[in-house]
Amino acid sequence: MPELKRTALYELHGELGAKMVPFAGYEMPVQYPLGVMKEHLHTRDAAGLFDVSHMGQVILRGTDAASQLEALVPANMIGLGENRQRYGLFTNDEGGILDDLMIANRGDHLFLVVNAACKDADIAHMRANLTCAVDVVDDRSLLALQGPAAEAVLADIVPSVAAMRFMDVIVTDSAFGDLWISRSGYTGEDGFEVSVAEGQAVALARALLANDDVEPVGLGARDSLRLEAGLCLYGNDIDTGTSPVEAGLSWSIQKVRRNGGDRAGGFPGAERIVSELENGADRRRVGLAPEGRAPMRDGTPLFDSETAVEPIGHVTSGAFGPTVERPVSMGYVPAAMADTGTRLYGEVRGKRLPVTVTALPFIPANFKR
Amino acid sequence: MKFTEEHEWLRADGDVYVVGITEYAAEQLGDVVFVELPEDGSDVKKDDEIVVIESVKVASDIKAPLDGTIVAVNDKLGDAPALVNEDPLGEGWFFKMRIDDASAVEALMDEAAYKAMIS
Repeated sequence: MPELKRTALYELHGELGAKMVPFAGYEMPVQYPLGVMKEHLHTRDAAGLFDVSHMGQVILRGTDAASQLEALVPANMIGLGENRQRYGLFTNDEGGILDDLMIANRGDHLFLVVNAACKDADIAHMRANLTCAVDVVDDRSLLALQGPAAEAVLADIVPSVAAMRFMDVIVTDSAFGDLWISRSGYTGEDGFEVSVAEGQAVALARALLANDDVEPVGLGARDSLRLEAGLCLYGNDIDTGTSPVEAGLSWSIQKVRRNGGDRAGGFPGAERIVSELENGADRRRVGLAPEGRAPMRDGTPLFDSETAVEPIGHVTSGAFGPTVERPVSMGYVPAAMADTGTRLYGEVRGKRLPVTVTALPFIPANFKR
Repeated sequence: MKFTEEHEWLRADGDVYVVGITEYAAEQLGDVVFVELPEDGSDVKKDDEIVVIESVKVASDIKAPLDGTIVAVNDKLGDAPALVNEDPLGEGWFFKMRIDDASAVEALMDEAAYKAMIS
């Protein structure tokens, strides 16, 4: 096994008592002494601090970076306002998803944040297909501060964040050097993602943790938070075998890139994706609420009756939701069975347990629009 | 009290044994959210997977420590699985069993041997 990489916060995680696990080639904290359940609840009640430095940070330079990126991402990149951020997808020629990412327009360049497990492939993909400069940012850490107290906590250090709205981005000087801040995250809560020079990352993390409202939160709670929020985990809920329409991510493809739009198509897999946007997909990602307390985890086969032989789909993410206090899952089912309220069965340890198709997210989003 | 390599404890209660998991095991599992117990009255063989524990992140099986018969299960765990974390050696017990060969219990680890194993 290749040696695991460490983030600039590695020693701080140890000091905080984190249990470390291998994740996407990094040694990352899965939980701290508080435990997954309480870390999750604390994030929804106050604020959680996450080390997401394993994710890839990339800058695209050049005046036509946005129009070039539209050849790889089915989203309105040209129309993305300055100091605004948008969610997007890298698609492949078959209409599958290579990765999901955040794209920020920072005036003379675009700033991208991509998944850790995909970053090398994403960078190679961009370098092979774009003529603009693709600069990998490898000397900055990335922290996420998430939860209803996040604004007040971060505003103590950077007062201007209080004026930001969901998906705004700023670049600002601070006591911890220049910070690249977006008002976004992946927990369903209000919050921020902060890119900070590696040499300042520990000091910034300590300053945030000094606030009584902030607890460090590991990958375990990050997963249950994003699942309750109905957000996709790349590699589980979306991958090269799922299309954006199947995945319920059509909202990330703005009108201008659809049939009848000024820049319709023109991205990998456009033929399939544009057609599915018009006609629907054969299967859909749905929320699933298992009855009882037994979680239905990823890989659980789904059936349309207690006796059916052939599964109709399967669970792609599933866990116990600490905030909703019941198990929550997501998975793919045929379009005809995707209506809310449809009763299905998941096979857990040889038993068919009832599960109901339900609306996503499981908890209302708490963004500052 | 006796211990197994699977991190179970057995405590004599009259002519049967109460079985649960150790504090060490409960801590390793993390927050328990679901426990599936064997059927009361069922006959079990050593190493049969008779209890399923789900924590927030993972599902784990607990094996029967020895051959015997389940004579009671802790129904409280259905609504309050967190008892396994809060009081693993007390209120968080899983089941009571009658053991076919009581002398086999004596061959299990004592507390000192178990502590040596996990240290």
